[in-house]
Amino acid sequence: MNQRTARKAARRSVGSVRRTCAPWAEPGARPLVEFCSVTKAYGEVTAVDRLSLSIYPKEFFALLGPSGCGKTTLMRMLAGFEAPTSGDILLDGVDVTAMPPHRRPTNMMFQSYALFPHMSVWDNIAFGLKQEGMARPDIKARVEEMLALVRLEALARRRPDQLSGGQRQRVALARSLAKRPKVLLLDEPLGALDRKLREATQFELMDLQADLGLTFLMVTHDQDEAMTMADRIAVMDHGRIVQVAPPEEIYEQPANRYVAEFVGDVTVAEGTVTGIAGDIVRIEAAHFGTLEIDEEEGRARMDAPALVALRPEKLNIGHDEPPQTVNKVRGEIWDIAYLGDFTMMQVKVGGDDGPLVKAAIANRSRRMERPFAWDDIVWLWWDVEAGVLIDP
Amino acid sequence: MRRFGPLHMTALAAGLAFLYLPMLILIAYSFNASRLVTVWGGFSTRWYASLLQNQPLLDAAWLSLQVAFVSATIATILALLAAVALVRYGRFRGRTLFSGMIGAPLIMPEVVTGLSLLLLFVALGLDRGFWTVTIAHVTLTMCFATVVIQSRLVAFDASLEEAAQDLGAPPWKAFLTVTLPILAPAVAAAWMLAFTLSLDDLVIASFTTGPSATTLPMRLYSAVRLGVTPEINAASTILIAFVAIVVVSASLVVKRELVTRP
Amino acid sequence: MSAPPVAGERGRLRAGRVLVLALPYLWLAAFFLAPFAIVARMSLSDSARALPPYAPHWEGLSRLGAFLSALDFENYALLASDTLYLDAYLSSVRLAAFATLLALAVGFPLAYAMARAPRQWQPALLVAVILPFWTSFLIRIYAWIGILRPQGFLDAVAQGLGLTDAPLGIMNTDAAVLIGMVYSYLPFMVLPVYAALERIDRSLLEAAADLGSPPWKSFWTITVPLAAPGIVAGCLLVFIPAIGEFVIPDLLGGPDTLMIGKVLWTEFFSNRDWPLSSAVAVVLLAVLLLPVIVFQRALKAREGSR
Repeated sequence: MNQRTARKAARRSVGSVRRTCAPWAEPGARPLVEFCSVTKAYGEVTAVDRLSLSIYPKEFFALLGPSGCGKTTLMRMLAGFEAPTSGDILLDGVDVTAMPPHRRPTNMMFQSYALFPHMSVWDNIAFGLKQEGMARPDIKARVEEMLALVRLEALARRRPDQLSGGQRQRVALARSLAKRPKVLLLDEPLGALDRKLREATQFELMDLQADLGLTFLMVTHDQDEAMTMADRIAVMDHGRIVQVAPPEEIYEQPANRYVAEFVGDVTVAEGTVTGIAGDIVRIEAAHFGTLEIDEEEGRARMDAPALVALRPEKLNIGHDEPPQTVNKVRGEIWDIAYLGDFTMMQVKVGGDDGPLVKAAIANRSRRMERPFAWDDIVWLWWDVEAGVLIDP
Repeated sequence: MRRFGPLHMTALAAGLAFLYLPMLILIAYSFNASRLVTVWGGFSTRWYASLLQNQPLLDAAWLSLQVAFVSATIATILALLAAVALVRYGRFRGRTLFSGMIGAPLIMPEVVTGLSLLLLFVALGLDRGFWTVTIAHVTLTMCFATVVIQSRLVAFDASLEEAAQDLGAPPWKAFLTVTLPILAPAVAAAWMLAFTLSLDDLVIASFTTGPSATTLPMRLYSAVRLGVTPEINAASTILIAFVAIVVVSASLVVKRELVTRP
Repeated sequence: MSAPPVAGERGRLRAGRVLVLALPYLWLAAFFLAPFAIVARMSLSDSARALPPYAPHWEGLSRLGAFLSALDFENYALLASDTLYLDAYLSSVRLAAFATLLALAVGFPLAYAMARAPRQWQPALLVAVILPFWTSFLIRIYAWIGILRPQGFLDAVAQGLGLTDAPLGIMNTDAAVLIGMVYSYLPFMVLPVYAALERIDRSLLEAAADLGSPPWKSFWTITVPLAAPGIVAGCLLVFIPAIGEFVIPDLLGGPDTLMIGKVLWTEFFSNRDWPLSSAVAVVLLAVLLLPVIVFQRALKAREGSR
């Protein structure tokens, strides 16, 4: 019994990360940004559909979704470049819905960086401060502070076309931070960088956000970027928010099939609930046989259809049949993709018309005793904690 | 892959020769000492000297430069506004008519434009002269200038202006501090195009001017009708040299800009 | 942060936009649209020996009925009945079409060679082709007078080489007009064709070669179809101004050279028949609008099919 209580406590914070900062969960927290039933329609097309969302101070918030899901429109409405068709946008308690962009206390880092080509790095960073009518010595001090922050002191006199991609990105960042915006908007901030640089920059951005205590709102289609950097992620689809949660929860407890399939690899088994015993739910699924998963009580109803999401890294694969009676399936290897750190297998289960199940094995040693090959008959099995019930 | 071969070279040389030989011949004969245009009488600059004595021609040139300067300036300002309206305002009432009016003068024969403007000036009872020619030239050249600025504005990255607004610049200021400086080469090119078109125009000026104002092309035209003279060769050479210097130096500036902005 | 005067802001923005649009709009309405309306009306008036030499059928709205009943199409009837005008139109179209084909024949190889030239040459070549366009039209025509006239440069060269004793007699013929047109409008042909050719991805030709197409075949099956929009644009840019041309037929053409721009000029300045020249202008514009509308339709259809 003691063990079960401990397990339940662990369940409450899904995944392996414990958050020190979670302003959205604090009682009495006042949101910094509020979208209140915001709709944006372009003629027949609805880009954002009656969407409500609150973002809290000091959050690193990511809007994640495929192109055309409305995430960029949502951000541009906060910046003031688009006016909502209906609904209100509040910033720090003030209704900014009709406020023109140049009056809003938000700043944006553009996807293309939008650096002014005819101005030096210094003038680019000073541009916003000059608009404020800030005194000359203050501008100088602030620009130098920003240049130091992004480590570009030596390049202050350069023009944007004389900079590398990474340097341009840092100028764009410095320019948008110079005015100390209440919210910094990042539109695909790392999209134009190559992979190595992107990874390094991700952590720099996170450190910067934590050090400055600013609120960041990021738009991205790259799930890795969102997972790495964001405190919370809103997954969007067709102008609506499907799930808002910290990255671990998005991954381990996706709200529905769309989220499960958009974030990471997943196999979804479709079946019917045949038994509920405490928090163990038993499901009969075509091609998969009997599945048992550990779920919160009340999540499942007897005889109801159920979807079980199985992440590849949570599946075991072997040539021999495992001893357990449930949560196992036999299949044939259809595809092997060696990816270095792990190998992704596609296993056809339940005959030729059965589904392909993805299973990943970590390559922990350089050799394997019985390596897998195409057409091998293998067994997949998993733990009662591996699967998760999701909505359709 | 076939590269640039001798056949290509020949085509290029022949094409450029066709474009430039007539003008080079004209320039050469402007330095001919002989009055007989076909007979080479040795090198001389006497026709340039006599050009300086030709007061009516100089007056006409001065008038043309004034008309060209004023009309190009007004036309460029109007063209800038028109291009902004066409590129930025999306759909507005009367857009079809507006873009039609911008495009129509490009295909309108000069004789028709000239005739119609003259009839307007007569109907309004305006005294024809410097200002009627200038108005006519503005109307003609602003359409060409609009096309030049418009093509640059279409390619303009709108997020630059948005960034300026995002950083606190009101729309008009964002346009003046960001868009206009970046557009400057196109605006300059539009002005130059308007200037040379005005300087070059014979037909519209002939219709819309009055007895008090005779432009350079009108003077040249009446002289040319009487035949080839070394003096006109000299005047032409000066005009060709003037245009060549301006265009080549302008293209060098633009090219440098292109090179520093890969 | 205090709430800004939002409503006033939006209002100012709208006022600014109206101002930006109004200036060029009103200018064109006053100096392009209104004059053309006057031309259309004038073409329906009777000519008179006076200054201004026409009898307007217009004394205000109150006499609209009288005005309408007095309108007549006698100028247009004259245009249709007098073969001079019909011949002038046909001859203009014929000369302009010939000039267009010649310009294509001269311009295409030049544009093709430019597109194939080494990258670093291309800006200079582009300037070289544009430069003549910037120099005075009149001067360029004048240069050809010096070359083509009897005892001019061409005769001198031909006789110097012993090819002929007699003058070649090109001046003041339709041939001279064609040469002048091709020369004047060549940049209009070369630039769009070059732009279209330059855009063609060279790997397309490599792909065609890789798939077994010989170069001459690739030229017809790949290069020409992809350059077609540029070729059509170039042809229109030569054809349209050529039809209404006045200076070239006047200076290089002979007494037999009949072009509608010249007829209009003569009717206006020599015969002082303003109503008739207005009618000529209206018909001329109608003739010109046709190819433009066809081209725009085709362009739209092409875009629509993508």
